[in-house]
Amino acid sequence: MAFVQQSSPHAHKARPTSKVMLWVILAALPGLLAQTLFFGWGNLINVVWCIAIALASEAAVLKLRSKPIAFVLKDNTAAVTGLLLGLSMPQFAPWWVSAVAVISAIVIAKQLYGGLGSNPFNPAMVGYALVLISFPVAMTTNWAEPALLWEGAPSFGDTLAAIASGQQTAVDGWTMATPLDEYKHKIGSHTASEVLAHPTFGEGVARGWEWVNAAFLLGGLVLIGLRIITWHIPAAFLGALIVMSLAFGSNADQFAPLSLHLLAGGTMLGAFFIATDPVSAATSHQGKLIYGAGIGVLIYLIRSWGNYPDAVAFSVLLMNFAVPFIDHYTPPRTYGHHKPRRGFSGGGRS
Amino acid sequence: MTKLWDFNGGIHPAENKEISTGRSIQVAGIPAQLVLPLQQHLGAPAEPSVNVGDRVLKGQKIADVSHGKCVPVHAPTSGVIESIGDYPVPHPSGMADRCIVLKPDGKDEWCERFPISDYRSLERDQVLGIIHSAGIAGMGGAGFPTDIKLKPPRDRKVDTLILNGAECEPYITADDMTMRERADKVVAGLKIMAWILRPERCVIGIEDNKPEAAVALREAIQGTQIEIAVIPTKYPSGGEKQLIQILTGMEVPSGGIPADIGVICQNIGTAVAVAQAVFEGSPLISRVVTVTGEALERPGNFDVLLGTPMTYLLEQAGLQPDRVSRLVLGGPMMGYTLNTTAVPVIKTSNCIIAATASELPAPPPEQACIRCGQCAEVCPMELLPQQLFWHAKATEFEKAEHLNLFDCIECGACSYVCPSSIPLVQYYRYAKGEIRVQRAEQLKADRARERFEARQERLEREQQEKELRRKERAKAAAEAQAKKKAEAEKAADSGEAVDERAAKSALVEQALARKKASTEASTAKATATAEPELELPDLETLEKQFTQAQSKLESMQAMLEDAKAQQADNVDKLERAVAKNHDRVKRAEEALADARKTLAAQTEPQSIK
Ligand code: SF4
Ligand code: SF4
Repeated sequence: MAFVQQSSPHAHKARPTSKVMLWVILAALPGLLAQTLFFGWGNLINVVWCIAIALASEAAVLKLRSKPIAFVLKDNTAAVTGLLLGLSMPQFAPWWVSAVAVISAIVIAKQLYGGLGSNPFNPAMVGYALVLISFPVAMTTNWAEPALLWEGAPSFGDTLAAIASGQQTAVDGWTMATPLDEYKHKIGSHTASEVLAHPTFGEGVARGWEWVNAAFLLGGLVLIGLRIITWHIPAAFLGALIVMSLAFGSNADQFAPLSLHLLAGGTMLGAFFIATDPVSAATSHQGKLIYGAGIGVLIYLIRSWGNYPDAVAFSVLLMNFAVPFIDHYTPPRTYGHHKPRRGFSGGGRS
Repeated sequence: MTKLWDFNGGIHPAENKEISTGRSIQVAGIPAQLVLPLQQHLGAPAEPSVNVGDRVLKGQKIADVSHGKCVPVHAPTSGVIESIGDYPVPHPSGMADRCIVLKPDGKDEWCERFPISDYRSLERDQVLGIIHSAGIAGMGGAGFPTDIKLKPPRDRKVDTLILNGAECEPYITADDMTMRERADKVVAGLKIMAWILRPERCVIGIEDNKPEAAVALREAIQGTQIEIAVIPTKYPSGGEKQLIQILTGMEVPSGGIPADIGVICQNIGTAVAVAQAVFEGSPLISRVVTVTGEALERPGNFDVLLGTPMTYLLEQAGLQPDRVSRLVLGGPMMGYTLNTTAVPVIKTSNCIIAATASELPAPPPEQACIRCGQCAEVCPMELLPQQLFWHAKATEFEKAEHLNLFDCIECGACSYVCPSSIPLVQYYRYAKGEIRVQRAEQLKADRARERFEARQERLEREQQEKELRRKERAKAAAEAQAKKKAEAEKAADSGEAVDERAAKSALVEQALARKKASTEASTAKATATAEPELELPDLETLEKQFTQAQSKLESMQAMLEDAKAQQADNVDKLERAVAKNHDRVKRAEEALADARKTLAAQTEPQSIK
């Protein structure tokens, strides 16, 4: 009788990486649904397009690197990268802008660094930051005006035409600056109430955006509930953003109010879906808190004093830089040891 | 309600315990052959005390303590010793080891036993002796000799005695069934151990998935101080370090033992064995083994004679050979696979799983680590499994060690959750093995260096001794001549000395006299420098005499000090003698200096030549 010879443990939990990624995709669907309901077909088309490009470019690189294509594609990580970019792009962003973002994310940020698990930077945000710098106009003028899907938003065909042609003629009159952009550029010369009178803000915090953020928040909570992500990064991220806003932004005539910070931009998508990308985030719980808080602080700083109205991509990338240091200085205290070995003393002691 | 603490991480794997709890503990019976390894415990192997062909009785000692940490082995039934030699033993490496093979005669005839009903009337060391000679070693896994564990270092006060009934590994129910059916023996054994250790607290920890066991034990502890702590089911709560944390909130220091924090942990099976050793006089010759898995028709718990081949045991449980794909000795989290059923049950075997292919499927192929951190989240030792893995894979063992690799208890929780199916524990074992090999080599190299250095030193010393002997011979010759020259003066002085010898401080004066003589002799030699042929030996003699005079002076001063301290009446005399000697030493020194000068003046031109 020949018996299987195997090293322990002999039992395994059946939740492979591919399933984890699938859950991430599913959890993002409420957000995508809200985007579609409140801003039309743009995001949906972008998501499909970006996922397709992501899979194709990943397959191409794998082929060049002579790696098993189907085995790797099945881990769903390329699909998640495509999804995140699709969700982040302006609704009417021309197809090539999205393609450049996705290809640079997969080819440069991920595969050139050695593939899944070896990339120090969040691939989706590398792609996003790249096109934000390279195509500043396309990335700021192609945002859709909030309009309910069933109440006059541009039709599927018109949206597709706009994306495919890169011309806004088909959707003329349906573009609008994002609320954060609007606020940032008007607040210098107007009072808060004057700025907020703009239709982009609507009755609540920011028309449509509030629902989109709420939906991503919901999806994020599901991920935490399923233990696919832990609460540390989103909590620290949002907590830091709130603290910064309360500390520096009390004057609405000078800085965007807290509600806008939380509900108007890519905040919730960033906090729950982007910053939590495990590969490029810090690993220990303490490290995750520092990492998340760092992103929150940077977002506030860039939004308030920087050149970009939304700052999730740059903040995440900057904190990616810091991850090796954070990891190095936040080892857990192992059972039976008095103290973790830290690189420097400080913090904690007052 | 006992206060409980939590430990970091942990997992909830499918328990699969119901497979083997359906029937009460069955007696497995006597197989055709019993194979008894000489080492079933942690430490040194026992030495056979019987010969091939001997007839032995049940319970008779057949292998005794050789040296070091060791427990004896007993015959599980009566029969004839068939052979003593190497046979496959349960070990992850599938190795063979020395065993005694016993052919049962079917009579199951006991040797004479000495049960003790009132152990409290004995000395504690006597009871420890009974436990030792009953061959009891920890029956939970490691097999640490129980008597040694029950005798912690004197400076360690044991506050808490823990009986580990957590049994957190899936599948295994041996302790569960033992607690259910033999609660009285469990408690009796625990009481004996508590009597030996005199702890302040004595607690049995049971996971909350064993309610029947908890009920049975509750009944058995009536009227005692023993606590029962029902703890939440979470793997690995039964790990010694984790259970201690759950029940006391304390952590065993890294590299230390529980006794360092005043805790001792014992196993359920061990408690039963202790009770049987004391109250029945029976050594450890059988144990309860869980025989389980879907490839068996009649899984359950069996009371098995030690040395019973797994083949026999699996047959008892109705093994379906065509269905079994993997044989695991121990639990699915920490057990190891067997490549043969020929190995025997030993003191530490608690479970054998005959699993079908679908029951314990091969893990999916290893993927890249996505740094998800789930491994760190579940690690009960709060390690960084992911970083350990990177370093182990890159063979950066030093870094892995720096991240406390050796604190890993190989519980397998990290591998269990890893979404990329990375066999993390396998990497850690590999790294630990490599580090151990490196260390052993380093040790060997160090030893070799030490040996080399020792040899060098010895050779040097021998050389020096040779040189010294040569010099001494030369000195002796010189001294003989010097003596002759000093004879006349010495004679006069010694008369005086004889008189003084009569005095109270005879001993001191004698020394003084000798000093005088030799110092004066050296003075004489110094004046004799005119004789060129004597120059060289002269200097040596002078040197020797000078140092002798000096040491005499020193010892006399010491005597004087003593005398002063005791307020002896010869203090005055001694003081005078010392003063005199001072002069003599000074003179000897001067003489020596003179001699050196003359010698230098004469030898210099020669050496230039
Ligand atoms: S669980 Fe596996 S994939 Fe996740 S960080 Fe640990 S080793 Fe990497
Ligand atoms: S096997 Fe080691 S590293 Fe993995 S969870 Fe257990 S103690 Fe932690």
